[in-house]
Amino acid sequence: MLEGLLIGLQTALSMQNLLMVIGGCLIGTFIGMLPGLGPMSIIAIMIPVAISMGDPSAALILLAGVYYGAIFGGSTSSILLNAPGVAGTVASSFDGYPMAKQGKAGKALTIAAVASFAGGTIGALLLMVFAPALSSVALLFHSAEYFALMVVGLSAIAAFAGTGQVAKAMLMTTLGLIMATVGEGALFNLPRFTMGIMDLQSGFGFITLAMAMFALPEALFLVLRPKTTQQGDGAAIKDLRITRAEAKAIAPVIGRQSVQGFFIGVLPGAGATIASFLGYAVERNIAPKHEQDEFGKGSIKGLAAPETANNAACTGSFVPLLTLGIPGSGTTAILLGALIALNVTPGPRLMIDQPEVFWAVIMSMFIGNLVLLVLNLPLIPYIAKVLSVPRTYLIPFILFFTLMGAYIGQNNATELLLLVGFGICATALRFADYPLAPLLIGFILGGMLEDNFSRSMQLFDGPSFIWERPITLGLLVLAVLLVVLPSYRARRARLRMRGVADGD
Amino acid sequence: MALDRWIALVLLSICLAYGYTAWFTMDSGLAPFMKRNPIWPSTFPKVLSALGVIASCIILFGLEKSAEQTAEIDYRRLGDYHLGQALLLLALMVGYALCLRPVGFLLSTAGFLFLGGAILGERKWYILMPVAACAAFIVWYLVQQVLGIYMRPLPGFWGA
Repeated sequence: MLEGLLIGLQTALSMQNLLMVIGGCLIGTFIGMLPGLGPMSIIAIMIPVAISMGDPSAALILLAGVYYGAIFGGSTSSILLNAPGVAGTVASSFDGYPMAKQGKAGKALTIAAVASFAGGTIGALLLMVFAPALSSVALLFHSAEYFALMVVGLSAIAAFAGTGQVAKAMLMTTLGLIMATVGEGALFNLPRFTMGIMDLQSGFGFITLAMAMFALPEALFLVLRPKTTQQGDGAAIKDLRITRAEAKAIAPVIGRQSVQGFFIGVLPGAGATIASFLGYAVERNIAPKHEQDEFGKGSIKGLAAPETANNAACTGSFVPLLTLGIPGSGTTAILLGALIALNVTPGPRLMIDQPEVFWAVIMSMFIGNLVLLVLNLPLIPYIAKVLSVPRTYLIPFILFFTLMGAYIGQNNATELLLLVGFGICATALRFADYPLAPLLIGFILGGMLEDNFSRSMQLFDGPSFIWERPITLGLLVLAVLLVVLPSYRARRARLRMRGVADGD
Repeated sequence: MALDRWIALVLLSICLAYGYTAWFTMDSGLAPFMKRNPIWPSTFPKVLSALGVIASCIILFGLEKSAEQTAEIDYRRLGDYHLGQALLLLALMVGYALCLRPVGFLLSTAGFLFLGGAILGERKWYILMPVAACAAFIVWYLVQQVLGIYMRPLPGFWGA
């Protein structure tokens, strides 16, 4: 591990990569602060830039920096405006915004930055320990196990979608998988479902789809519902210091939530949003009675908990991506797409074949967190000025960058028409409360899922691999349970409720 | 019928059309030696079409009860939102896509940013116009010179 660490340090500390981390964090904070633009959109917009650099380490470092920056920027708009730019920072506004209203915006931002730093750093330490262990286990896996693992990942995403949403998430995942089959597959060399259209021969563009699923609907929602674009007041942020007593109070919260958040982040489909809400709930429940009443009214613990947890979860979500090559969230799915475009295949062999990529990303996490704390925090009063840019300028620029993201990647104007078409469909799906991340994850995993499935079928001359390999069988049973159990439990709870009502 | 069930109906028909292709038309052109393989190009799509049909039917027939959630935007009252602006911006994006090649990057981008601002209600032309023009030039310079991706700056008949 020491050798890997040194390789990582050497790569991450090169001038170019340091600039990438700093630039990525600043860009991420800048854009993440804008209400309505989440990390997925920002990363999708940045992908063409990252890909054109050609160096996978630098590209991944840039994108990871953008990711942390976006989460940090999202916290800033949650605290200052009560308008979270990212779902993962909604819980931060519960106590952050009341603190800002009490004139403690500077203190709230510092607590958020310190908590994010600690969550991210402890998360990266845990990643350093667990990722190599998991990849050495994953090296024993066969294509049959990979296929089963991907099925588990996709079902977990559906299972975590929430009450009454499992079927919708499942349908979206299937739709993503269906879209992935369009075009010429590597395994068969046969165009499928192209309807004779030449432009579909190579399938749908992944960046176009990512933009259409996230950036465009978010921009359209900003147009439709202008009241969320509030004007910020950058001048109100002062007194960034926290006292020794406050630091002592939040230290145990940060410790607990770093670990809890990390492990939630590792689970596919759970991610930063669930980690932050759960972190907030847990800390409120275990706080002493007089502190419990403070939650929701500007408690520093209530702010530190979700901030630590969401950053630790972001780091945790890199574990399945880097060790198994399976993304657990929309953001890591986009990162996976970018990596594949750069000719890097994440998975257990990444640590062996390209240790500089693997370790440089981990090292850049430490550097990125430090940059956010040391560089971004003092700059926040100035960066927050972006919140006062009028929407008449902001929205055309967001739309323009969305279009550019899809255009630069392919250099094909047809992609732009596809983007608008898919964007309209995605907006309609969002109106009807269909989750969009499963579609993109399904789309990105589709090719790999089919390849592993086909390889296992060929090796075992039929579907017998399912029952002949115990790990595969176990994983597939787990996948079925993951989908069926939430619906079954919800149904039972409803029946029980009805029973109680009848009894009364 | 609620919007999510209408969408489920549309997706069901897509899955059925996809399934029809996978089950009945795809295998006809398969080479004889490939027919001996345990897996055909249509195998995975067949499984997917079945899954898609099941999931969309669950939503369509309301088999999974969902908790009543307040959506970000109530689509039943779309008229209350700035729908006109959104539609005009979408039309502008389509126009941009069609103009990008023939008109060139600089003119179409400056036009897009300018008209986008105007649609959203900006009336200070003397600020909007130079901002749009400068932004178009800066982005073109960055993409062309820094990233090295060629984008025709001006219309072809101007010799660009």
